[in-house]
Amino acid sequence: MAAEESLIGLSIAEMRDGMRLGEFTAVDLAEAHIAAAESVRELGAYILETPERALEMAAASDARRSKNQIGTLEGIPLAIKDLFCTKGVGTTAASRILDGFVPSYESSVTTNLWRAGAVMTGKANMDEFAMGSSNMTSYFGHVQNPWRRVGDNQPVTPGGSSGGSAALVAANVVPGATGTDTGGSIRQPAAFCGVVGMKPTYGRCSRWGIIAFASSLDQAGPVTRTVRDAAILLRAMAGHDAKDSTSVDVAVPDYEAELSGDMRGLRVGIPKEYRVDGMPSEIEELWLEGADWLRRSGAEIIDISLPHTQYALPTYYIIAPAEASSNLARYDGVKYGLRIADDDLQVQYEKTRGAGFGAEVKRRIMIGTYVLSAGYYDAYYLRAQRVRSLIADDFNQAFEKVDVILTPTTPHQAFLLGEKLEDPVAMYLNDVFTVPSSLAGLPAISVPSGLSDNSLPLGLQLIAPAFREPTLFSVATSLESCAGFVSRPTIVAKKT
Amino acid sequence: MKESQRYLQGNTGNWELVVGLEVHAQVISDAKLFSGAATAFGAPPNTQVSLVDAAMPGMLPVINRQCIYQVVRTGLALGAEVNLESVFDRKNYFYPDLPQGYQISQYAKPIVGKGEIIVDLEDGTSRRIAITRIHLEQDAGKSLHDQHPTKTFVDLNRSGVALMEIVSEPDMRSAEEAGAYVRKLRSILRHIKTCDGNMEQGSMRCDVNVSVRRPGEPYGTRCEIKNLNSVRFLMRAIQCESARQIEVIENGGRVIQETRLFDPDRVETRLMRSKEEAHDYRYFPDPDLLPVRLEAEWVAQLKAELPELPNEKRARFVQQYGLTLADAGVLVAEPDRADFFESLAEGRDPKHAANWVVGELLGKLNKTGVELFSAKISAIQLGELIDLIHDDKISGRIAKQVFDEMFETGKDAVRIVEERGLAQVSDEGELDQHIDQILNSNSDKVAEYKAGKEKLFGFFVGQVMKATNGKANPKLVNRLLRGRLSN
Repeated sequence: MAAEESLIGLSIAEMRDGMRLGEFTAVDLAEAHIAAAESVRELGAYILETPERALEMAAASDARRSKNQIGTLEGIPLAIKDLFCTKGVGTTAASRILDGFVPSYESSVTTNLWRAGAVMTGKANMDEFAMGSSNMTSYFGHVQNPWRRVGDNQPVTPGGSSGGSAALVAANVVPGATGTDTGGSIRQPAAFCGVVGMKPTYGRCSRWGIIAFASSLDQAGPVTRTVRDAAILLRAMAGHDAKDSTSVDVAVPDYEAELSGDMRGLRVGIPKEYRVDGMPSEIEELWLEGADWLRRSGAEIIDISLPHTQYALPTYYIIAPAEASSNLARYDGVKYGLRIADDDLQVQYEKTRGAGFGAEVKRRIMIGTYVLSAGYYDAYYLRAQRVRSLIADDFNQAFEKVDVILTPTTPHQAFLLGEKLEDPVAMYLNDVFTVPSSLAGLPAISVPSGLSDNSLPLGLQLIAPAFREPTLFSVATSLESCAGFVSRPTIVAKKT
Repeated sequence: MKESQRYLQGNTGNWELVVGLEVHAQVISDAKLFSGAATAFGAPPNTQVSLVDAAMPGMLPVINRQCIYQVVRTGLALGAEVNLESVFDRKNYFYPDLPQGYQISQYAKPIVGKGEIIVDLEDGTSRRIAITRIHLEQDAGKSLHDQHPTKTFVDLNRSGVALMEIVSEPDMRSAEEAGAYVRKLRSILRHIKTCDGNMEQGSMRCDVNVSVRRPGEPYGTRCEIKNLNSVRFLMRAIQCESARQIEVIENGGRVIQETRLFDPDRVETRLMRSKEEAHDYRYFPDPDLLPVRLEAEWVAQLKAELPELPNEKRARFVQQYGLTLADAGVLVAEPDRADFFESLAEGRDPKHAANWVVGELLGKLNKTGVELFSAKISAIQLGELIDLIHDDKISGRIAKQVFDEMFETGKDAVRIVEERGLAQVSDEGELDQHIDQILNSNSDKVAEYKAGKEKLFGFFVGQVMKATNGKANPKLVNRLLRGRLSN
């Protein structure tokens, strides 16, 4: 079928327009993307495919369309990171401790998506409890990046924790996916997989029904192939939710309507602290090039300083594990999930949590427990909170001079699967450019902007003031069109 | 207070007892502290549990404003500082009936700061007990160890219920003071309707810190006794714990800081856990919740809207009704008791009304163990009984019989009087007949009386009462008899 052949690889906007013109239906899209998933299963990007549900939802969507009830995502197939609770569909956070857990409730973000007409194709793989930058920590196996380096066929990490989401979008298995970002978990895999990944302002999307990693940092956001699609998807995901006390009651703009890409008069900050030791020259060059594109588009480039940047990573690796150690206490084998029974309660806790959590999760629970302990709290947690507000102040002061900040998304290209696993600190360094804006709760986006010397994708990051997502999307549009990133990964879904 | 009462006598001299209390009071509210689940007592297990209370993955707490309102009113009623910014913290520990693995509480920044309670003692003196702080926290669920031979079951109905923890300074010096403190606190909470104070249902529980010292010396090492659920147990626990500590010290040992449990059957305290076994709760601000920020005007408005508090009410009862301080104190101890009295006193002699409530009604309630709110007799009914006495329809003695039946059956006084023919005989003709008969059959006593033995007057009255089964109007009998015997 000629029409269906082109259904894989379309953007969300193109699918929307195609359905509006009657060129294909939501069921056509669902079928094509179910087949797409089957064709690249070796990526390991789904924990669970939900083809029956996808077809059901697509048929319901087509029925609505016939009654002229058309949501902003009507009939669009989406993958959902397995951190979002989905009613009646297994939700694991990629952890053994939640293997087999089926929520009786639907997260607020996915509720919003289904209300907008979207169709779920499956639950995307991820790092366990969103802890990781490689997708190697999933209980359900690692995810492969659809990209390969030039000259070898070794599997490359998709990044993490939203690695499944980024890999699925990059390989054309879905046009969009949800991710969550705590310290870079959307932006870093987006950069590694050559797709767009966006973390909105903290409080923009409800956290209700998203399995918590670090409550004061977790934010849901879109992973797509284009900036426009990210704008469309975020609009549907976002919104105030009375069930999340930290969700903010600010109206959600029509982000798509603000994608002018007009850079005239816009001030773009280049923070000198993001030139880190040992950063490959190709990253530096891409960054300079990105600044140059924006300058030529009419923006003013201004050197700025974010003096506390070097403290962001250690601060993050105190605050996030502290919150996680408490958030993950509920997985105790008493109420749901894995239980390894023992007559002695203490032993049951130890066996259950010992077997249920992977090494990285345990490491972070231990770090978090340590930094909150009596006698260490002031030196670690309290001090980290103070540094966190200094980092936020850095951004506040910078945004008096500039409208948006441009940085690389990651300090290097995607590494090989299994690399750096022995050295957690090297792994944590992945997040050095994404963590500061997470600590400050600011919106940030990664846009695929070029290729490394061995042809892996590289991303540039834009950071904006709180709730200035429209600015972010507009500058990202400009960056996207200047970069003209058209390369495709080695492994993509087969067209049927 | 006398020296001998103030101190405990040991074998080696006097000891001073030092007591501080932490009272956990369940907040009266429609829903739990952070979820919409109901809070009714006695519901079947696990029927009042929301996804939040069961700590399902991805669930988030949302503060119940009604609980904030209630704790602020409680603080204001205790003359306490209300903190316009307070923070919820997580208290982390593992236990099966704590689904989240942490309790949401307030640690560094509680919602209410320093206040006080004026406690009235039996000898008529009063003492000021300082309140350190009040904070809001969630209750845990309940582990049921008796449902299965080898398994423990968990009931989460209480999980997430709002508690106020009211912490006192170590200002109490006797078990009596501690008991009076809890009673007064309960009375205040009941007046402002922030806690029902039903200790036997667990809606109010005490942890008590006890230490002893030689008079004038610094505080001794304290032990905490957990989970006391009646004033009586609280006082007994303080008594036996202080005796234990004195014995330890006098035998050359030293008191070790630890947490203990009171065993009411064996009347002793037992070790629960030592200081070394104490949890490190790893308190930190709950990142799921924003700080609680209050408007000063709102707090001021709540203060202005507070109902009359027990001490204010007691002063008014003394002034408005001319009651003794003691009677007024008894009447205001419970708000429904005070209301009962006031509705009874309306249009009647207030002292008479107070006597009926304090003397008869409360005596009866105490004896039968019935609570006033579930008593069968209403203020309106008791009022009608008092009116019957006032209108000479029945005598005071008969009234007590009628009251007993009213208390038991809930019948109206008039109906009981009619059914049992207890109406007072005020018919002069009928009484004259009885008097004739009695005087005739006791002519010897009549002669003695007339000869000056006036004490016999009472005998004649008694005979008339006896002849009328106690129904004769005593005033009338007196008048008629005097008339007959004087000529």
